[in-house]
Amino acid sequence: MDILFDNLPGLLIAIPLLGAFLTPLLSRAGDSVRNTWVLIITGLSSVCGLLVASRVLETGTIVYTFGVNTVSNIIPPDSGGIPIRIIFTIDPMNAFMLIIAAIVGFCITLYSVSSMEKLSGKDGFFTLVLLLIAGVYGMIATGDLFNFFVFLEISSLAGAALVAYRIDKGVAAEAGLKYAALSTIGGMLFLVGVGLLFAQYNSLNMAVIADRMQLTGLDIIAFVLFFTALAMKCGAVPMHFWTPDSYAMAPSAITAFLVVSSQASLYALFRVCFTLYGGQINPLTVGWVIIILGILSMFIGVTMAIPQKDVKRLMAYHAVSQTGYMLLGVGVGLAALSSTCLSQSIGIMALKGGLFHIMNHALYKGLLFLTAGVIFYRCGTRNLNQLGGLGHNMKWTMVFFMIGALAIAGIPPFNGFASKLMIYESTFLFNPLLAVIAMVVSILTLASFVKVFHSMFMGPKLPEYEDVKEAPTPMLIAMGILAILVVLFGIFPQQVVDALVAPAASALIDYQGYITAVLGGA
Amino acid sequence: MIDNLPFLVVAITILLGLYAILLRKDLIKMIMGISLLESGVNLFLIALGYRWDSIAPIFTGAPSLAMVMPTVQALTLTSIVIGVATLALLLSMVMIIYRYYRTTDVREVTKLQG
Amino acid sequence: MIDSFTLSTGFGAWNAVFWVIAFVIACIIGWLIWSRGEKTYDSSGGATAPFLSGNKEPEKAAVHIRAGNLYWGYTDALSGYYRFIKPFHTGNLSDYFLAYLFVTALVLIVVVVLK
Repeated sequence: MDILFDNLPGLLIAIPLLGAFLTPLLSRAGDSVRNTWVLIITGLSSVCGLLVASRVLETGTIVYTFGVNTVSNIIPPDSGGIPIRIIFTIDPMNAFMLIIAAIVGFCITLYSVSSMEKLSGKDGFFTLVLLLIAGVYGMIATGDLFNFFVFLEISSLAGAALVAYRIDKGVAAEAGLKYAALSTIGGMLFLVGVGLLFAQYNSLNMAVIADRMQLTGLDIIAFVLFFTALAMKCGAVPMHFWTPDSYAMAPSAITAFLVVSSQASLYALFRVCFTLYGGQINPLTVGWVIIILGILSMFIGVTMAIPQKDVKRLMAYHAVSQTGYMLLGVGVGLAALSSTCLSQSIGIMALKGGLFHIMNHALYKGLLFLTAGVIFYRCGTRNLNQLGGLGHNMKWTMVFFMIGALAIAGIPPFNGFASKLMIYESTFLFNPLLAVIAMVVSILTLASFVKVFHSMFMGPKLPEYEDVKEAPTPMLIAMGILAILVVLFGIFPQQVVDALVAPAASALIDYQGYITAVLGGA
Repeated sequence: MIDNLPFLVVAITILLGLYAILLRKDLIKMIMGISLLESGVNLFLIALGYRWDSIAPIFTGAPSLAMVMPTVQALTLTSIVIGVATLALLLSMVMIIYRYYRTTDVREVTKLQG
Repeated sequence: MIDSFTLSTGFGAWNAVFWVIAFVIACIIGWLIWSRGEKTYDSSGGATAPFLSGNKEPEKAAVHIRAGNLYWGYTDALSGYYRFIKPFHTGNLSDYFLAYLFVTALVLIVVVVLK
């Protein structure tokens, strides 16, 4: 039993990968066998993720080395003090992201088992879903730059293939092409950055590089390559163009997980800024670059969302806008922590707000995309101009949509309000103008979701949707889990902040701790 | 000077790739540009690990000379595999797009906009 | 007990439990008022039908205001802004690449200059 627990971080990747490649084989035995298999695999990997996270939060950073007998043998004695193997470093920040991926990953599989029921080509679909989940877990858990690149590419390729899975007269293929091509370019430039660092520091391990970082000219180029590649992958304006295209065309469950995959890139962006270049790069400059990207994302995202007619495209623009909040919070955190005239608590609070918003966004945006998926599943259209009066027949979907919409608009007592409050208050002390923009964006978000709510659910029953049915039970359960979490996180925010967010924030700031955890007390 | 020749080739390949990606209007040619970019990056990694007058990193019965860095070669191998997968995916998507749109001109493949 | 659920933001505080309690109390009051209402009222007599100055009620589909007609005033007032921002979203893959590389160059310049 102990050996199982010691190897949990490895199983995190192994279970979904194994599951993915056995899925086409098992689907020969029939649909129900495959569905059970996929559910078991995602359930197991989610449990695995949650267990790893809880262990990390209890006992501190886990460093897992692949291919050694004793798990603690991170640095081979004959290697001169360098970890030469691939290692997974899971500190409370990674644990925080793992929890998000575990929850959303399970919900989307449960949802797609039901939503894919009538469609063909399910073996490929579920194989790709499991690969996407494995890729995202890997991106979150890895402590090795090249390994990160590999998982980034796995998740981008699986994501792009899933975006284009329902060809939809070629339009989905167009979206998939845009996503795949941009991800590839981003990945390649990221790899150039990895090469630049490897050439100087002779290592691919993040902790070793962070320890030896000199900030030469090449390091700055590498930093910019990492920074923009990851900012592009998380959909920051003005590199957000792929986001509405691919989020709108992907099957809804996939979109909900693509949000998590974007946030894994966002996590890596923070890891690069805080840990890899911790204490080296000018925090004020980088902080303000992140803040400006965040403000642009928030404002342009929400204003582009309001006139949209496709409900999922509208929500995708909101995803861009909400990413802006996270960038704003963490950017303010980075800038304020380095400032001598502001108190440290402002920076830490902004950082906590930004990180808490990542978790909240994954939950409510996942919920919203799933409700949009239900609408598409039952009515066959995503065009808001053709929808109406669905509230009479789809009561649960309407309730879930309301919860998600109120949460994204930052209406108390839902979780979006708690994290936005933390961002507003700390940002206001840092720079009042930023807080004002953030609040205006929040109001515009509410306005646009009022529009969506009205045009989908309100009004009299339309003749064409006279006998539209409520969503199937598995889809309702998947949405219900997310909705309950949205409400619970909203009512008890302090508990969540204390248990998950605060350790993550302090782990992100403490780059020395990250280095020490891997290299020992050297 | 001659040591830096591989890096010059890398720079030229990457710039050619970027040129094709940014200025060509045909999707197939843009994907060729992406492929060139990948080759440039792979060559960059290999060039990083190369040491003059050294032998391949095979320890069995090796003379005690300096060896070429093996890590980057492993990285390049992985990166080539990823590159093949990406290329296949991109080209198959272009095929599907051509089947429905009857064009591979990037200016025409804009049904998703606004 | 309730105080332990207060989210302390360092500069202010927020407690959602009070909000929920207030909501529940409001619901109870609403239910009390509703339960004291007239129980013999019959809604089938057409008393709830809309009265449009004596005109006939239009078809249900015609009553619903579609999404395209919402926020016309907002988009019209901001049409200058939208005329500026919409052309950036061309849907052209070359422009996507261009934006990405442009930002890379810009961030590089900023980070190098303000090192």
